[in-house]
Amino acid sequence: MTMIFGVPLAVFMGQITLGLVNGAFYALLSLGLAVIFGLLKIINFAHGAQYMLGAFAALLGLEYLGINYWLALLLVPLVVGAFGMVLERYLLRRIAHLDHLYGLLLTFGLALILEGTLVNFFGVSGARYPTPEVFQGGLNLGFMFLPTYRAWVLVAALAMCLFTWFMIERTRLGAYLRAGTENSQLMQAFGVNVPLLITLTYGFGVALAAFAGVLAAPLYPVSPTMGSSLLIVVFAVVVIGGMGSILGAIITGLSMGIIEGLTKVYYPEASNTVIFLVMILVLLLRPVGLFGKEA
Amino acid sequence: MNTAEQLTPEQLDATRPQSAEMLRVQDLHAFYGESHILHGVDFDVKRGELVTLLGRNGSGRSTTLKSIMNMVGRRTGSIMVNGNETLGMKPHHIPRLGIGYCPEERGIFASLDVHENLLLPPTVRSDGMSLDEIYAMFPNLYERRKSQGTRLSGGEQQMLAMARILRTGARILLLDEITEGLAPVIVQKLGEVLMMLKERGMTIVLVEQNFRFAAPLADRHYVMDHGQIVEEITAAQLPARREHLNSMLGV
Repeated sequence: MTMIFGVPLAVFMGQITLGLVNGAFYALLSLGLAVIFGLLKIINFAHGAQYMLGAFAALLGLEYLGINYWLALLLVPLVVGAFGMVLERYLLRRIAHLDHLYGLLLTFGLALILEGTLVNFFGVSGARYPTPEVFQGGLNLGFMFLPTYRAWVLVAALAMCLFTWFMIERTRLGAYLRAGTENSQLMQAFGVNVPLLITLTYGFGVALAAFAGVLAAPLYPVSPTMGSSLLIVVFAVVVIGGMGSILGAIITGLSMGIIEGLTKVYYPEASNTVIFLVMILVLLLRPVGLFGKEA
Repeated sequence: MNTAEQLTPEQLDATRPQSAEMLRVQDLHAFYGESHILHGVDFDVKRGELVTLLGRNGSGRSTTLKSIMNMVGRRTGSIMVNGNETLGMKPHHIPRLGIGYCPEERGIFASLDVHENLLLPPTVRSDGMSLDEIYAMFPNLYERRKSQGTRLSGGEQQMLAMARILRTGARILLLDEITEGLAPVIVQKLGEVLMMLKERGMTIVLVEQNFRFAAPLADRHYVMDHGQIVEEITAAQLPARREHLNSMLGV
């Protein structure tokens, strides 16, 4: 059997692939956080709850409305994104002129309320979302057996990341967003409706989280607390990558997934902490993050 | 039936007699938080005129332009743009009355390339300059259209900041210190651009420190001090008032 540093190749490659799948979630979520932070300057602590809402909406939609996986993948981000827009319009906008710390507190409070409400109704044990029929089974990659659904998650998450990159870096609306991130007052003086741009941006970031939530539903137990545990890691990923670039967020997300996967192979005890160790290193050596722009 | 609110600014223009005063500012007070910056500014600018706002640093000239764009904290008084009261308007509606604003710090976006910077401000009227015309007027910008906006030289950035609002079809230009810190050859080029814009019938408000640059271009000068207009000097009166003006401006 082929060995890599004393570990069978299949185990090694397997953990890299699983790490990539986790990394795809980190990338999707940190991307949304970065987009929101760029324009609104608030750290969206409700991001994990919004991801969880995505998974729950898919689950409840299937149980009570018969909305299948594909429809959920399309509808849930729209619905949860619209909910995000309402939050921005009627709550976040009211405190936009205050210290951004209040935005953090507000979104943190919202996350607690959302989680608490769902815990009240559904408990914390979590439910299973059935894997869609087409993704039953797996792919034999030669070195490992990869569940088809995980392969799909990787493809879908990466496609969504690239779509986001394209929207922000290559379209006119994206140019508004980038420019608004730099100097929103001047954008108003050019006739751009910045409050509307802010609402749409927040909605888009929330929709990204919800999309990740739907993708995650067949993979992890759908429970009200599924977002908060993930979000802490995603914050670390954002700190490592820095707030400067979209591609940076994607690359950092994926590589942190891989690093986590490899740690599971070589030193499993550290696999839950390795990302935070990287974060400490990055903060010591390059405080703006790997892809962040020097202020 | 259409009410006035449902008409676009262009349609509004068509429905009312062309106002000779493109801009009329009356008793304008402006505040940043607790500080009271403008203390009753009064002036007007007629269609096709180029007027300057002169004054020492801190006299309120830039704040006057910002107040017109609704970029300061609180304002009272009246600002009429082409016959429309703008004091109660949202900031992003004001440019759509046909105003182009060029800020003192130029406001070139670092995350956009030159071409994106140029295309950024939404068009406010259909009769703006075309991209071809703009690139013909500023060939440097064409050559550097793929460069990051802030990689340009100061002069090129200023050209870009001007070109950007010409494309939108704005008919009133508010230009804040456009010659500041630029080489004489660039300043001369900007002078040519302003002459050309005047010939095209643009209405221009120029906040300027460089009086020698502004004097031959302007129809009238307003002198500001302590947040008020303290003097109005027409181009014809200028030769006789020059020394007086120099002493007022401290040059």
